[in-house]
Formats: sequence, structure tokens, C-alpha cells
Amino acid sequence: MRRVWAWGAIFLGGLYFLLPLIGTVEFSLRMRRGEYSLDAYASVLADPAFRQTFGYSVVMAVLTIVLGVLIVVPTAYWVRLRLPRLRPVIEFITLLPLVIPAIVVVFGYIRLYNTSSLLPLTGTAAGTNLLLLCGYAMLALPYMYRAVDTGLSTLDVRSLTEAAQALGAGWVRIIGQLILPNVIGAVMSGAFLSFAIVIGEFTMAALLNRPAFGPYMQLLGANRAYEPAALAVIAFAVTWGCMGLMQLLSRLMGVRKTVT
Amino acid sequence: MSFLDLDHLQKSFGATKVVHDFDLHVEKGEFVSFLGPSGCGKTTVLRMVAGFETPSTGRILIDGQDVTGLSPNRRRIGMVFQAYALFPNMNVRDNVGFGLRIARLSRAERDARVSEMLALIKLEQLGDRYPYQLSGGQQQRVALARALAPRPNLLLLDEPLSALDAKVRVALRDDIRAIQRELGITAIFVTHDQEEALSISDRVVVMHQGRADQIGTPAEIYNRPATRFVAGFVGQLNMFDAVLREDAALEFAGQRFAPAARRVLSPDGTPTGPVTVALRPEALSLTPRREGDAAIEGRVINYDFLGSVVRVRVEVAGQPVSIDMFNSPDAELPRPGSTAPLYFSAEEMLVLPK
Repeated sequence: MRRVWAWGAIFLGGLYFLLPLIGTVEFSLRMRRGEYSLDAYASVLADPAFRQTFGYSVVMAVLTIVLGVLIVVPTAYWVRLRLPRLRPVIEFITLLPLVIPAIVVVFGYIRLYNTSSLLPLTGTAAGTNLLLLCGYAMLALPYMYRAVDTGLSTLDVRSLTEAAQALGAGWVRIIGQLILPNVIGAVMSGAFLSFAIVIGEFTMAALLNRPAFGPYMQLLGANRAYEPAALAVIAFAVTWGCMGLMQLLSRLMGVRKTVT
Repeated sequence: MSFLDLDHLQKSFGATKVVHDFDLHVEKGEFVSFLGPSGCGKTTVLRMVAGFETPSTGRILIDGQDVTGLSPNRRRIGMVFQAYALFPNMNVRDNVGFGLRIARLSRAERDARVSEMLALIKLEQLGDRYPYQLSGGQQQRVALARALAPRPNLLLLDEPLSALDAKVRVALRDDIRAIQRELGITAIFVTHDQEEALSISDRVVVMHQGRADQIGTPAEIYNRPATRFVAGFVGQLNMFDAVLREDAALEFAGQRFAPAARRVLSPDGTPTGPVTVALRPEALSLTPRREGDAAIEGRVINYDFLGSVVRVRVEVAGQPVSIDMFNSPDAELPRPGSTAPLYFSAEEMLVLPK
């Protein structure tokens, strides 16, 4: 009886997630009247703006992950090692991006870093890209921090650190060769979420006027019928493909070897 | 000057002083154990030597060099932890070679040293295994090899055997000592297990409430304890309520014992009046061993057969007393309920203030 309920729950859950996807796929194939075709996909893939915006967002997503790892791994490690009493405070700070809307943050950025400010980042494309990158890293902070902190909780951080120090290792080597490889699985789960957030992000990219995938999807959705559905399916497939690739890379890089 | 000098070390955490004026001088190649109960400060002293804690006052000198302010990664120490602390993302060879990579040894030198270390711990065939594929004893051997590989000045062992089962513990204990002797490395070993400390060490530091109560060879510590704490902590003691008279005669267990060369442990000179008399279980015997042995009457309660030793429980003047006698196939075991004289030499009595 229990198994019936379990399978029932799996079936309902699957239906909940798959039905909209099936509907979108089905709709995306109906561009040619009276028959299924891949015309909408051909139209999207032929659009140079698609390749440009999607490429831009993928690069930004990868940079966001790198920046996130550089900020979060040493911070979470140091808090666990030396400032365990500050953990609740740090957790609260990392959760703030979930509470403060992105639009508030981006207006703050524009106000602080406009062309008449001391640090006129919005004055150049590179500066604005940097600003957007920082914004993305902030948006990804809650997911990245939680994932890394959970990964660190499975390690005896203090003993590993002290063992490495006794062998002559400095902080960079300890974090780079011991801590990071041992939490790479956790980093990857944070990275997947960061990647998904950045690929679909609209508010920051639109208000900072950057050629990202989110604003492109919105533009296409406002002007076309079948192409947005095809675009959603393509984006879905590519995003999952990228995540799969990251998973594969993390395994090749040597995820922590433990019995589970 | 000794190889390792701990010079008036003190350590406070906030208002709590955990190490008081700790002085120790260790010679090169010596194996010294810090023995004491939990919270006595033994690990704190070790961590100060390693550089993981900074002394509040005092100095640490290794081979004449003052390392008090030096960070742990520049002290050239090897450390073995209770929790093994092997790097989970590295196999055995990489773990052992970690310190050698930092020391920038060439690949050939590194490989040779790693192989040498694995041979030393008799785990040559497990070089490609990861820590999770090893038993606790094997992991601790690898941790020992890893600590020794960069040829440190000093080997620090922080309760390395505590997480292992009894049989492995004894085997690894002997191996640690053999390897330490073979390499001639100076070692500090922290333990709360008296048997471990007594069996492995050249000298033992018995610590109590942040102080070194006694520093001496295992035999000195056991046979001639300097304080009441050492007497009680190291080995087992039978305690008797007694009275020490002005004429140095001692009264206990309903008998009077003439003045003799007994050992008095009192910081304020020889006390008079109520005292405690302590005797080791092996100092008591059911048969006289020497001429002139003193004797007290007791009633046998039961005995525990422990293999090579038989521990007899006897009641003396309402107090339980243990007697250890070697097992022998010919020895007659005492009958529970029977009365028996307990013989001992007056020299083996320890007189402790109340």
C-alpha cells in the first residue's frame, strides 16, 4: 500500500513538472499550420541575437560562479574555523538577497556607480558588465553559501587545517588544495543554482542595459507567438546540458572520495 | 640547553588560566608523554608547541631557536591527531607526499621518500587507496608517515590511539615507539591513558589543573609519586584511614606500626594526626615476601581472574582493598569469606595528608 502511495506521489510530481514542459514543446512545434514542424526552432537559432545573448549570459554565469566561489569558500571556511560564533550573522547577511528585491539593488548600484559618481562603473560597457557580475554574485549568494557551508559541515575543518599547517602549508594552499576539492560537490550544487538564476535573470540585466538572455526572451515573447516557446525549450535544454557538463567536470576534477 | 625548552609557559582563555608556569626541557631523541585527565591542559601545551595556540607568557625554543612567535607552518613539526586528519581527496601516497611537495622536493626524491615512509609503516601495498578505504589503524599509520615524511624537528602526537580498538592500540603504540627510536626523533605524546604513557615513554609529565605535578621516568612516576594526585591517577591505590603519631608511629587497620622508612607525600612537611595510607595492589600479598613484612587482617570477598594476574578483593576494617597476585597453576586461590593476613613492606606505604 505504501508503494502505491509513493508511486502516486512520484506520478503527480512528475505530471506537475512535465505537463507545462510538454505543453510548451507541443506549442513550439505548431508554427506551420496543420502539421508539426521545427520552424520556430529554426527561426530562433537563425537569429544572431539569440546566440549573442545566450553566449553573453553563459559567460556571465560562469564568471558569477567563479566570483561566488572566490568569495564564499574562503568566507564560509574562515567562519567555521575561526569565527563560529558569527555563523548566524553571516547566514543572515547571505540571505538578504532573498529579501531585498533585485530592482532595489540595481537602482542602488546605478545611484552609487553612475557616471557622476566617484567610481563611474556605468560609464563603460566593461564597468557595467562588472557591476552586473557583482549583482549576479550577490543574487547567487544565498544558494552558494548554504551549499558550501553544508559541504564544510561534513569535514573536520580544524584538524585538516592544522594537519596541513603542520606540514608547512599556507592559507592559499589549504583552501585551494584541501578545502575546495573536498567541498567541490557542494560548490557544484551551488553553481547549478547560480547558473540557472543568471541564465534567466531579467531585472538587473535590463536596467543596466546589458545584452543578456533574460531581456532577449522578454523581447521575443512580447513580439512573437511560437518562437518564445521554442526559445524556452532550447534554453531549458542548453541550461541542463551546461549543468551536466559542470557535473562531469567536477567528477573529472576529483570530487571528494568518501563512502556514503 | 635542551633540544626543546618550554620556558615558564602560561596560557589563559579569557579569565581562565589553563596552563600555569609550565617548564619542561626535552633532550634530542627523547620520547616524553603528557599524562593527565581531561581539561588538565596537556593538549593546550602541545598546541602551543605546535603553534596553534599562542602562550600568554613564556617561551618555546626548538633546537635553540625561539619559535614562540612563529606560525605553525614554519616550525618544522610533524603532528598526528586523534581524528587522523587525512586529506579525503588524496590517496595514501599523495597524503604522505603533501609536506614534501610544500618542501619543493623533486618528484624522484618525493617518490623515494614516500616509498620509504610507506615501508616504515608497512603499508607499501596501500599507496593508491583513499582514506575511506582504510581501517582506523591504517589511517593513523598513514598520518604518522605523513607527519614524518618531511623529516620534522619534532613529532607531536595528540592522543593518536584514543579512537582505536584495544588490540590495534597496543600494536600501533609499539610501532610508534619503534619508529621513533629508529629515526631518533624527539617526540611529545599526549594521552590520558596511564598504561600508554608508562609503556611508551622515556619520561612522563603528569599534569593536573594546568600544572606539571611530576616529571620523571615511568618507574619514578609509578613507584615514587610526588603528589597525592599523581599517586591516585597513575596506577591503582588502596587507601586506609590512619593516624600518624608525634613519635612517627602509624596506626591503621586496628594496628600500630613502628616508625619506618615510609614515604610521606605532603607539601607542608610530615603531618601528624589523621592521614591516609596508600598501598598499591601489588604491594600487598597473601603470603609474606620478606622477613619483617608488616601484616593486617582482612576478609576475602571475591577474586577476579584476569589471566596473568588474579585480583583479590578483601575487606579491611570495613574498607575494600585490592590485591594483585601473579597467576600460577600451582597457586592456591583464596576462599571467599575466609580471613587472611595481608603482608606488605613498610617502605611501600605512602602517607598522604588528609
